Amino acid sequence: MTNSKRETILSLLRLEGVASHAMSIPALEVAAGECVCVSGPSGAGKSLLLRAIADLDPHDGQVWLEGREAREYTPWQWRRLVGLLPAESQWWRERVGEHFAEVDEAQWQALGFGRETLDWQVARCSTGERQRLALLRLLANKPRVLLLDEPTAALDPTSVQRVEALVAAYREQQQAAVLWVSHDPAQMLRVASRQIRIVAGRVEDAA
Amino acid sequence: MSVIALSPFDLGLAALLVLLLAWLSWRLQLGMERKLLVAALRTTIQLLLIGLVLKVLFDNAQWWWVSLMALIMLAVAGREVMARQQRRFSGWRGYGVGTSAMFMSSFTVTLLALTVVIGNDPWYTPQYAIPLLGMVLGNTMNGIALGMDRLTNGAWQQRALIEGRLMLGQGAMEAVSDLRREAMRVGMIPMINSMAAAGIVSLPGMMTGQILAGSPPLEAVKYQILVMFLITAGTGFGTMVAVWRGARGLFDERDRLRLERLTGP
Repeated sequence: MTNSKRETILSLLRLEGVASHAMSIPALEVAAGECVCVSGPSGAGKSLLLRAIADLDPHDGQVWLEGREAREYTPWQWRRLVGLLPAESQWWRERVGEHFAEVDEAQWQALGFGRETLDWQVARCSTGERQRLALLRLLANKPRVLLLDEPTAALDPTSVQRVEALVAAYREQQQAAVLWVSHDPAQMLRVASRQIRIVAGRVEDAA
Repeated sequence: MSVIALSPFDLGLAALLVLLLAWLSWRLQLGMERKLLVAALRTTIQLLLIGLVLKVLFDNAQWWWVSLMALIMLAVAGREVMARQQRRFSGWRGYGVGTSAMFMSSFTVTLLALTVVIGNDPWYTPQYAIPLLGMVLGNTMNGIALGMDRLTNGAWQQRALIEGRLMLGQGAMEAVSDLRREAMRVGMIPMINSMAAAGIVSLPGMMTGQILAGSPPLEAVKYQILVMFLITAGTGFGTMVAVWRGARGLFDERDRLRLERLTGP
């Protein structure tokens, strides 16, 4: 334990031997303020990796955040600190505002929303609007690590830019670590500090 | 105050009606005649058997015989709860959650009624204990089966939603709170409905039976009210306990949704 603590000083998020189903990642470290892009064919295990890190699936191996192992946190603390944004956002109340405890107006404006959005009915929002709102909802938890599963898949080019800029600003200000699953090589060049590629559940080092 | 005993001939007349219905079902190609006759046969044999069992039990009113009977009733009800769920927990949970909830609520409520309300001597007098337990247990069984079925089916359908709430840092019981409430409501609705309709739309079976057996209507009504309240309490508490524990059983110690604990339909 003391040994691993010394090693993890530099990396905010550290994985060791994480494996579930057919996905197996021997080691991965993400430093504070770093954005690692994850690419690879569909079904290669990218989402499984994110789910394992957020501790949603039973898995082998360990995940450390700031030198503390996941099991030292309560499950809800852990998932607040290691925030996963799923490819398809989920809503359980009628209005947008009922899903938010607080509103960071600067962030909302950065994605093209205002206070009036709180009154919107979720069912009448477009997929893209919901995806952007889901990102705002996740950021409201102030996570230390962002796990983004294709966060711009349903967005128009302007919105894509806005989301990229917002995530970059959050990463900068909070010194957060980001794991970003993307299929777009141009986007990866724009946002990534580093890239990894997952094929058939294994890591292939890329660029 | 005398009961008019029914002869086998009287029952045969009533059976003719069922045969007539079966014949009509065959003529109209409803395909129900086989099921109808088998069910009629089952009801005859099962009720005759339980009649014999009760006769023996009433003649040997020992507490251990009454307890044994109660446990057998519980075991069968537990199996029935399990069988009525489309997706049920596999392993011990499938049987354990519903059965333990039924035990806790039905037995407590019935015991309370026998000792405090009715106050018979001895309190386990089978003429009171067995029918009361039977009515409370039967209704509790319905409530729990409905509630658990809604819970497990709902969890299966709302998997993405529940996990989405977990991802945002909600605890397991919070992430499943809407579904849990809905499941409890579904389990409690039938008995609320039957209380509301009692006496106006339907004459409850127990009361009807007592009146047929010669009881004064007001005495029968008082017993019926007692039984209604017992059933309501038994079903309500039982459903709450079962759904609560079932909901907890959907998650593991790290608050992960573990749907593989449910079997397929």
